[in-house]
Amino acid sequence: MNVDVDRRTTRRELLKLSPLLLLGGFTVPSLRDRLLEAGVAWSDTAAGALFRRSHSAPSFGDGDVVPFAQFPYNGYDVLEPAIDFARWTLTVGGAVTRPGRYTIDQIRSLPKVVQNTRHVCVEGWDAIGRFGGARLTDFLDLVGADPQARFITVRCADDYYESLDMPTARHEQSLLCYEMYDRPLDRGHGAPLRLQLPTKLGYKQAKYLMALDVTHVLPAKRSYWGDQGYSWYAGL
Amino acid sequence: MAATPQPSRPQYEHPWAVRFCHWANACAIVVLTLSGLRIFAAFPSFGSKLPEHDLIETVPDAVTLGGWLGGALQWHFTFMWVFTAGGVLYVAAQLASGHYRTVLFTRRDVAGVWPMARHYFFFGPKPVAIGQYNPLQKLAYTTTILLGALSLLTGVVMYKPVQFSALGRLFGGYHGARLVHFVAMCGILGFIPGHLIMVGLHGWDNFVSIFTGWKRHPEYVPPEREP
Repeated sequence: MNVDVDRRTTRRELLKLSPLLLLGGFTVPSLRDRLLEAGVAWSDTAAGALFRRSHSAPSFGDGDVVPFAQFPYNGYDVLEPAIDFARWTLTVGGAVTRPGRYTIDQIRSLPKVVQNTRHVCVEGWDAIGRFGGARLTDFLDLVGADPQARFITVRCADDYYESLDMPTARHEQSLLCYEMYDRPLDRGHGAPLRLQLPTKLGYKQAKYLMALDVTHVLPAKRSYWGDQGYSWYAGL
Repeated sequence: MAATPQPSRPQYEHPWAVRFCHWANACAIVVLTLSGLRIFAAFPSFGSKLPEHDLIETVPDAVTLGGWLGGALQWHFTFMWVFTAGGVLYVAAQLASGHYRTVLFTRRDVAGVWPMARHYFFFGPKPVAIGQYNPLQKLAYTTTILLGALSLLTGVVMYKPVQFSALGRLFGGYHGARLVHFVAMCGILGFIPGHLIMVGLHGWDNFVSIFTGWKRHPEYVPPEREP
């Protein structure tokens, strides 16, 4: 009685595992960077497909909000970049019908939204805060944003910059935020105006906004942290 | 079952999907653990940011991957797909083929756990092997698969806490998911040393079977030979 297995059988079975050798690509430095870049890009694509514009981020009762003093200041560089607040305007350009300089009063005259939402940092911590401002989607209507445009980009008083996909920019909870805890935004949190996006990680929520553009294509410099290797989409 | 002893025939123990997913997920678990520890090092706490109480001072570089938080996230966001694909393919193939019956821990296996544990840990008599896996193995494998599913679900909640907010409530929200994700990792890491020791103790024929599927000289009397 033959109690052994045919060598050819076992070899064939072994060869069936050969696709796994592709994982060896991750050990080759030049290949690894491209594979990881592709992995993050694919994750961003999947994340964009998962995004539901009508789905709201959880909002919380006033009792769940952390005290203002416990809401972290998180700047990458300086917390108080030089800004002439008296003459501050938001410069709007790109694919809009009404480009120009918009004052804080023009933004404040849009319907005000106040929301208690969770701020999630890429580092893993989070804090529930209270934010007030104008809906970004209302502002995009005010400036006459091209409905075909796919992105908005922002530049900040420091050298920070960010960009957003249009579905997120048009989300009901995405704010041009000028208030925290019912008081004007303080300098460390981004005065006079910041993005507040309950559906994005913290680093997408640029502070000290100076300029906003509506675009069809992303510029080469698309996201301060995204360009250094973090996810560009960074959706929650 | 045949009562008379007979030469043990080689047995096709591990179908392709089991072997393929085993190795894909073995790689994925190593990468996800090392990069996960680097990610954890960015905020080594389960509490609030202010005031922050770190659970550990530093995570040693030797047990991390990616070099910095962004690099670790790239590894994590890439290999989470390998882990997910491997897990889904494994479960689907096991269910479709009925092969899951060899490994799924059920109520009938409960009684056999203690005799097996007594044999392994306290040198008790060896229970008769009646199938590919003994009750203790079934318990370990089934638990680990469930821990893998738990890691996946809590990972989804942390990755997209807004889109999957309903799932998040199941784990106590974002914080709960973060904690369960960490605990599930610990559970999987707890399984690995025992698994490797057993592989070492059971010799070459057993080790080869996770590559070729075939095991020479199984300890049990195999049922009808499969193709």
